[in-house]
Amino acid sequence: MADKIIKLMQGNEACVEGAIAAGMRFYAGYPITPSTEIAELSAEKLPQVGGRFIQMEDEIAGISATIGAAIAGEKAMTATSGPGFSLKQEGLGYAVITETPCVIVNVQRGGPSTGLPTAPAQGEIMQARWGTHGDHSIIVLYPWSVKEIYNTTIRAFNLAEKYRTPVILLMDEVIAHMREKIELSNDNKVEIYNRKKPTCSPENYKPYEVKEGDLVPEMAGFGEGYRFHVTGLVHSESGFPSGNEKVAETLINRLIDKIEDNKDDIVEVNEYLTDDADIAIVAFGATSRSAKSAVDTLRESGIKAGLFRPITIWPLAEKELLELAKKVKRIVVVEMNMGQYFLEVDRIAGKFTKVEKYGRLNGELITPEEIISFVKEG
Amino acid sequence: MIRQELRLTGSGGQGLILAGIILAEAALYDGMNVVQSQSYGPEARGGASKAEVIISKEKINYPKVNECDIMLTLTQVACDKYINSLKSGGILIVDKSIEKLPERDDIKIYRVPILETAIDKLGKPMVANIIALGSIYELTKIVSKDSLERAVLGRVPRGTEELNKKALEEGFNLIREHKEDCYGEVC
Repeated sequence: MADKIIKLMQGNEACVEGAIAAGMRFYAGYPITPSTEIAELSAEKLPQVGGRFIQMEDEIAGISATIGAAIAGEKAMTATSGPGFSLKQEGLGYAVITETPCVIVNVQRGGPSTGLPTAPAQGEIMQARWGTHGDHSIIVLYPWSVKEIYNTTIRAFNLAEKYRTPVILLMDEVIAHMREKIELSNDNKVEIYNRKKPTCSPENYKPYEVKEGDLVPEMAGFGEGYRFHVTGLVHSESGFPSGNEKVAETLINRLIDKIEDNKDDIVEVNEYLTDDADIAIVAFGATSRSAKSAVDTLRESGIKAGLFRPITIWPLAEKELLELAKKVKRIVVVEMNMGQYFLEVDRIAGKFTKVEKYGRLNGELITPEEIISFVKEG
Repeated sequence: MIRQELRLTGSGGQGLILAGIILAEAALYDGMNVVQSQSYGPEARGGASKAEVIISKEKINYPKVNECDIMLTLTQVACDKYINSLKSGGILIVDKSIEKLPERDDIKIYRVPILETAIDKLGKPMVANIIALGSIYELTKIVSKDSLERAVLGRVPRGTEELNKKALEEGFNLIREHKEDCYGEVC
């Protein structure tokens, strides 16, 4: 038998395949373009691996059921697009404060509102970061190819389990809907991280207690014999609500610290020809593919360009951006919006180098030619 | 032939996206790099639909087709809409139902009865997309014949294999038999 399976796969399909490989056994959602295939394929494939698919009455119910399944011990996912992502914000915050591991996919489309349902946009960079109310930290991953969607979906589940947090997988319509070559290993060996389960007896279990030196509590599954209370209110180690200011401060700080203190583990950046670059293009998802083409063409014409591509867009790759800023004369942030990530890149890199933005919003992917002419002519 | 870009255009529901997938799969079997994408409006049927395929020996970064080398068009609306995106020297295959041919003398135009063949000869309008693939193959040899047949048979519903093989064959024949319907540069 061959070691590799080579096939043509759609981005949304790779997301489902990756999720199942990571251990997803529950999906609840409300189908919406351009993420619909994720729901369709989950409905088809989950029963084949002993999992469950539920189509809910709306997006809020979708994320709520996903959270419920995750608390019951399953690896669970929901996917949406556009207006659906606005609705997911309700449950997202609940997953943050209850520390429920789950994956929320947002295949972005043109907005606001129902906007351009079948066209690409990168309008939810900031909504993914700050969309749910209350101060919090969040992990957001952003793949650029079908193969990377597969790997990144697995990583999303692993990070969700490891840090007991919702992980957002942001995708572009362009990549979600296109098909390209993917090579999968035949032996199906993928690195899987499962949430830490309590080893204590049920009567001694405190659902939100953290062990010395750890920031993530052990998580029992509902129905496994451990009784515990789950609430969106600020809660103590016992899981019951508390209005105590010390309890509140400890909890909220820990929720943020467990992500921000582990950036070395969470942040993933791909750099292409940045070592000797004078100009760095910062881009993610589909636009980073245009940017890579642009970098190659610019190099051919003697301009030392490079690509800085965050795969983890949140938390921000501050350390890596700082290094980049000290190395290059100019940074151009290319995104299909009017400058969202640009603000963050400028905040970090602006003190050391010139940071500019190039954005366009009309439902078409930014082309390499546009990037080249912006770099050349400013 | 390092990189070839194709655009298959027509109306939603004509199976052009499936045709694009099949072509991409055939190129994959040939060992090429490939990206297949599509764009369509919010409607389920009708409107202008297009599928795009990039076949390349090199890695494909930018995944969209701007100017294509080969274009298929099954409706007048799609023909008018996309004709300017065909490169100079490019190949255009249009269905016979398209009456107003583009006024370009820098491309090769092949006008063949794809939709009519599907209905009259095979009695199934839905195989027009496979006939079109046969014609594209016969004209361009962009993929190998074996890979194309394998890709077609791998994607069509079970029980329709013979019908689709016939459809491919009809597609080959359309080009062989309609040399007189070529315009522009001699084919």
